[in-house]
Amino acid sequence: MSTGLIFDIKKYAINDGPGIRLTVFFKGCNLACQWCHNPESISVKRQKMYNATKCIGSKKCLDNCPNDALILTENGIVTDVNACNLCGICADVCPTKAFEMLGEFKPLDNLMKIIDNEAIFFDQSDGGVTFSGGEPLLHADYLIAALKECGKRYYHRVVDTTAFSSLETILEVADNTEMFLIDLKLMDDAQHKKLTGVSNRKIHNNIREISKKEVDILFRMPVISGVNTADENTVATAKFINSLEGERRIINLLPYHSIAENKYKKLGNSKGFTLFEEPTDDQLNHMIKVFKEYGIQATVGG
Amino acid sequence: MKTVHNTLTQPERPASAEGNFYTPLKNNIGPGMNARVQRLRKLSFDAEPSLSIERAQIQTDFYKINYGKYAIPILRGLNYLNICEKKTIYFGKDELIVGERGPAPKCVPTFPELTCHSVEDFHVLNKRDMQPYTISQEDIDTYERDIIPYWEGKTIRERIFSHVPIEWKRAYEAGLFTEFMEQRAPGHTALDGKIYKKGMLDFKVDIQHEIDKLDFLNDKHATDRKEQLTGMLHSCDAAIVFAERHADRAEEMAAVETDENRKLELLKIAKVCRWVPANAPRTFHEAVQMYWFVHLGTITELNGWDAMNPGHFDQHLTPFYEKEIAEGTLTRDQAKEILSCFWIKVNNHTAPPKVGITAKESGTYNDFTNINIGGVKIDGSCGVSDVSYMMLEIVEELHVLQPGNSVHVSAKTPERFLREAAKVIRQGHGYPSVFNADVYIQEMLRQGKSLEDAREGGCSGCIEVGAFGKEAYVLTGYLNVPKIVEVTLNNGINPVTGEIAGIQTGDPRDFKDFEELYQAFLKQLNFIVEQKILVSNYIDRMFAKYSPATFLSVVIDDCITKGRDYYDAGPRYNTNYIQCTGLGTVTDSLVALKKHVFEDKNFTMDAVLKAVSENFKNDEIMRQTILNDTPFYGNDADYADDVALRVYNDLFDAIDGKPNTKGESFHLNMLSTTCHVYFGKVMGATPNGRLAQKSISDGTSPSHGADTNGPSAVIKSLTKLDHIKSGGTLLNQRFLPSLLKRDQDLKKLTQLIRSYFAMGGHHIQFNIVDTATLYAAQENPEDYKDLLVRMAGYSDYFNDMNADLQQEVIDRTENDSF
Repeated sequence: MSTGLIFDIKKYAINDGPGIRLTVFFKGCNLACQWCHNPESISVKRQKMYNATKCIGSKKCLDNCPNDALILTENGIVTDVNACNLCGICADVCPTKAFEMLGEFKPLDNLMKIIDNEAIFFDQSDGGVTFSGGEPLLHADYLIAALKECGKRYYHRVVDTTAFSSLETILEVADNTEMFLIDLKLMDDAQHKKLTGVSNRKIHNNIREISKKEVDILFRMPVISGVNTADENTVATAKFINSLEGERRIINLLPYHSIAENKYKKLGNSKGFTLFEEPTDDQLNHMIKVFKEYGIQATVGG
Repeated sequence: MKTVHNTLTQPERPASAEGNFYTPLKNNIGPGMNARVQRLRKLSFDAEPSLSIERAQIQTDFYKINYGKYAIPILRGLNYLNICEKKTIYFGKDELIVGERGPAPKCVPTFPELTCHSVEDFHVLNKRDMQPYTISQEDIDTYERDIIPYWEGKTIRERIFSHVPIEWKRAYEAGLFTEFMEQRAPGHTALDGKIYKKGMLDFKVDIQHEIDKLDFLNDKHATDRKEQLTGMLHSCDAAIVFAERHADRAEEMAAVETDENRKLELLKIAKVCRWVPANAPRTFHEAVQMYWFVHLGTITELNGWDAMNPGHFDQHLTPFYEKEIAEGTLTRDQAKEILSCFWIKVNNHTAPPKVGITAKESGTYNDFTNINIGGVKIDGSCGVSDVSYMMLEIVEELHVLQPGNSVHVSAKTPERFLREAAKVIRQGHGYPSVFNADVYIQEMLRQGKSLEDAREGGCSGCIEVGAFGKEAYVLTGYLNVPKIVEVTLNNGINPVTGEIAGIQTGDPRDFKDFEELYQAFLKQLNFIVEQKILVSNYIDRMFAKYSPATFLSVVIDDCITKGRDYYDAGPRYNTNYIQCTGLGTVTDSLVALKKHVFEDKNFTMDAVLKAVSENFKNDEIMRQTILNDTPFYGNDADYADDVALRVYNDLFDAIDGKPNTKGESFHLNMLSTTCHVYFGKVMGATPNGRLAQKSISDGTSPSHGADTNGPSAVIKSLTKLDHIKSGGTLLNQRFLPSLLKRDQDLKKLTQLIRSYFAMGGHHIQFNIVDTATLYAAQENPEDYKDLLVRMAGYSDYFNDMNADLQQEVIDRTENDSF
């Protein structure tokens, strides 16, 4: 049994599918969307975060680092990335958790114990478990095993994915989940490639194939002003949805927030952060109107 | 001195903006369904609490002449009658429901027979930072001249303090517990439905029947019973006289009233007051006025903790409402207007202020009338009716401090009711709190109530259960359980003062393992609880002998048939409660020692005790390690929750079943109201990283900031406790508005509540506020006068709280997840 690299588990998750849910966030993503607000989810390796404002200068990390990879500066502790082997001792000894290791290889049994603890909330609300990320399909074996375990317990299952995977993988996942949450980020392939790092052709083909199956798909769209707010993209998105099999006529618009900058800083990757523009209410309302013309119900949030 | 301006009367966030009942009318008066209700609310809202010495004067004059002439119960009945004959009648010009305890709204009498305010107390009350009670220098002088000398040495409070053993006094002064009855009479009562079926004249017939049956040949208690029953007869007369005086006044006012509509209203009020409380009510209006007169009677004869409570008011009013609606003699709006007037009446009645140190410490003036809405009926069916929805509308529209209100949810409760309640919760006024009827009925069954009596019961005051109309459930005071840990860690000494507070249980530096520490804590706990109970039992007898509640006894079964007082085992059930506080702080402190000292050996016991005694000044690294690397209670982690469960069960064993003086026993409940702030003040730092003087955790809620896994994990932790063994637990959850924006979010909130209740939770309440708003409210208190915040069992205006309480609200864990 493989272990999944998980960077967060959120309880009382109320925005990741029906009912009260538990959301499992996998680490690692094969897209690199420039607006990503979960930069800690992108790397498929464990990572270290440092929050200078929490540091009280106990120097315990310095004393305990086996590789002498830490340097005390005026701005707090700096890590020599060449010397650091991500052993995590600094995070263990840090009294304030200014250092935190991101990503834990969790055996499936452990994960299921955490999930089972929330069962009463799923039962009472027709909720369940959402697997998100990062990209959960990057951990396909583990994901499918977890989905099967949840299925045995009758938990409602949602997989929040980019749909960028082999067709074989996503079809197997489709057989083991009740619902997909899938982003339609950009319809123009060249733009998609430029801003997310990958072509959207495989994604669209996968969506087309799973739409033939008995699985719910809830589309979502991260709305970034000037990136995907033009009518051209909205219309193309609507047409794509309408071309699919089944009755899938809903999309949730998720407005971009510029809140992630601090996360990039903590990862020591300030340069990775690109500031985009948040959409205005007018832009969102206009998009809702355009979607409506194509018979698609668009709502903000979800 | 604090000046209060009443410029802002609209709610901060109009409810209508979020699709609720209430559409604010364009006016400059304030909320309310119509102009009358708006004016009455504004009057109530604007009135500043003040003190009236009238009751003390009437009573002192009466006692000077009559003390010693009559048996005590007869004296008390006649005293109450005399007050009702002489007291100033207040009759406001817009009122439909009439009657005030004092001579004006928010004007509070004193009760010198229980506890006599000193001149200094009055000066403190006049000037204190928190809600002052104003009193004129002239009245203070009168009090000093006529009242104080008579009562010196004769008050119940003095009787208590002259009696208590040194061990009790040490523990009390260390802040190990409080004692409710040193300032107020035992009360905590709610009514059942009997006053809607019988008037005072009917009760008099019942009482006379019992007197006629007395067997002076064979019953050695016959004389005692006769005295008690005679006192009760006078008390019935008192309530009738009080109502008649309002009827007279209404007729006088009608005679000179030029507005024809008001004239008709006044004549109708006169008719109502001539009929109730003498007779059983026939209409909705009479039923509400009936309750109000009985309520006033109980809070005029004595100042019982806490006030009075109509119990399942919606269930009691529904038959009148449905009958009149069907007959066409009442419209829904008329009913709602009458009920709104009642709501404002309750808001006019603030708590009698305290004496001594607590006059300065206690900021609250809420008197804890808690309207139970929904729930189940005596036959087990669902108790929700249109009146229940009407009450939610009124709560939403008026958002006044009092009465408190709560929704009662059983498996049979329709989702619509809970969802409408959630909409009111979302407004962030702190009301209503939510109770699990299915669980508290089981709590009462476990305590020995019949099924019907348990179903008629509910929650009064904060969260404590009782069989309404049939039980004296006396809250005796709060137990500072974290302080017991502190005293244990100091081998019986109160480290704040260096004085003896408990018993010697050993130097913790010598303890070999966690078990030894825990056993020492248990020993200390049992000692403190015993101290508390032995004085409690003494106090109970003081009230039974010297201050019987002869009016309250009329309306509580089975005082009439037993011929015994409410304080003297007259009721069908007689419970004493000890309220335990700080389960979170205790658990986290013990867990921190278990893990870091005994298991991981990160620190020695000596090092922790030293750091704690220095308020962690020289060991922030230790404090941070404890705060960040200890599994605390409230995260669904068994390591901590097992300790919480063990402490809870041991509290139960220490308290439950201990005999009281009424042939029954003590039970525990888990609440703190605002006492966790006071208890925190008397404590140094604790091993869980809590700094000195910071408040301890409230009720059964996790320590502030300790719950980092969201509300579902908190609920899982709390339901590891068997709530049915208690007489109530308390869970505060703070939610930011962003968690409840959309209707689907409200649905998830009700599902969260249902989940908690399915697992056996007793009570949950929500603070829906954001930190920015709270800081803004601290900056500009005048702009946030309407900001009502739910605090551990009741609501209070944020601006009426002291800085510590405000900080506490801000510090609570925010369950934000977007």
